[in-house]
Amino acid sequence: MKKNNETLDEAVSIRSADKVFNPDSDDEVQALSGINLDIASGDFISLIGPSGCGKSTLLRLVADLLSPTAGEVRVFGKTANQARLDQDYGMVFQHAGLFDWRKVSANIELPLELKGWSKSERKVRSKEMLELVRLEEFGDHYPRQLSGGMQQRVSIARALSFEPRLLLMDEPFGALDEMTREHMQVELLRIWRETGTTVVFVTHSIPEAAFLSSRVVVLSPRPGKIHSEIEVNLGDRNDATREDPQFFQATTEVREALRAVEASE
Amino acid sequence: MRSSKFVSILPPVIVGITGLAIWEGAVNVFDIKEFLLPKPSSIWARLFDEWGELRHATWETGKIAISGLLIGIFLGVLLALITNRFKVLSDGLTPLAIAVNATPIVALAPIFNAWFGITGTFSNQAVVIAVVFFPVFINTAKGLTEVHPNEIELMQSYASGEWTILREVRIPNALPFFANSLRLAAPLSVIAAIVAEYFGGPQDRIGNVITSSAGFAKYDVAWAAIAMASGLGLLLFGSALVAERLSMPWRISGDLEK
Repeated sequence: MKKNNETLDEAVSIRSADKVFNPDSDDEVQALSGINLDIASGDFISLIGPSGCGKSTLLRLVADLLSPTAGEVRVFGKTANQARLDQDYGMVFQHAGLFDWRKVSANIELPLELKGWSKSERKVRSKEMLELVRLEEFGDHYPRQLSGGMQQRVSIARALSFEPRLLLMDEPFGALDEMTREHMQVELLRIWRETGTTVVFVTHSIPEAAFLSSRVVVLSPRPGKIHSEIEVNLGDRNDATREDPQFFQATTEVREALRAVEASE
Repeated sequence: MRSSKFVSILPPVIVGITGLAIWEGAVNVFDIKEFLLPKPSSIWARLFDEWGELRHATWETGKIAISGLLIGIFLGVLLALITNRFKVLSDGLTPLAIAVNATPIVALAPIFNAWFGITGTFSNQAVVIAVVFFPVFINTAKGLTEVHPNEIELMQSYASGEWTILREVRIPNALPFFANSLRLAAPLSVIAAIVAEYFGGPQDRIGNVITSSAGFAKYDVAWAAIAMASGLGLLLFGSALVAERLSMPWRISGDLEK
């Protein structure tokens, strides 16, 4: 796949966004308040915070799966709604969400099918994507025949199959065991480098956020607000990076920010 | 795969044959009267003697059971699709259907005779339809609704509308639920047809053969008719299993519900 080098500066721009669930009722919840966030093209951003801080809600505002109660969300200069209709982003959830009734390659081809790609075009692309996630031999398997880590890789392949410029990930490795999780992180960084896609990654794991991101956005709960942003610069990362003092430094920074969030509650 | 399937049907076959042998032996040894419990061998003999009448009766009852089953499936699936589209309908109808499904619907047979006529076949068919409809409707509706929220969000991220979501996600998701209801409904359709025949309808059906043979103390004929009815029930159950296998190749055997 070609590297996506065109530098459209701004991938995501959020201006004073609020999200209120069940407004004007007894169970009204202010999920997000006054969110301002800019994400540059090609960046890898993590959203981290205690549960209830609205990090998944924030991701859904970008995806236009939820609309902000106030404020503005723009994706590649368009409204979030237009970006969704144009399929400018791919999405990966904690639940791999592969369809049991489709073989692995047919799962990867689903978004292409919905876009009206021809069968031969789809086949070529799903083969490329299986190579990208290193599952070349599993195209003809059914999802249930795959391990959790492999399923999640298929889910990433499906999200990237139509070459979106933005990848939205909602705790994608949350259900995996620790070792698989670390392998997947290294894989994801490789895919990120190879495709040049912008990534917004929701997690509650401190080392995961520190390892993957160029910037960690720390949220505080009730209502969800951006507490602080931490720049991380670990350069080229691999499994050895996890034992690097710089990595330790980065996790410490993120951890301290989260402690400050707790203390301020 | 093939040999393991063969091995898995072996134990029930052995137990079944042993059971028949014990039955035959017990009737001989304890000198049980034929009207209480005929020997398997005399039931078998009756099956041959009365083959013409029994075959005809099974065919006629089978037609009612199968047509009622198909109509019941059609109506159940249709209503499940409609209620899935209109939440108000599903909120009102689903609890009601679950309640009705818990009642013995075959008990309605005499009422249906009064409504639809005692001599025709429609009363009997209506009992079958009613018995099949409820489990099919309830399970299919459940399968259409119980989709993981992430899977719906995923489809929305592809800018898909409700119709595409129905076709690509809800319907395939409902297939295993529908198949489970079919496993229930297929044998139930035979039970419903026969019980309905106890109360009315034409006289050349399995249900009538059982009641009239028993009335004339021809218990071996009654048992032969019951054997035919069992065969019919097993045939329909087997067809449901085959249909399930063929329509869902992704369901690996031994793999449970997700």
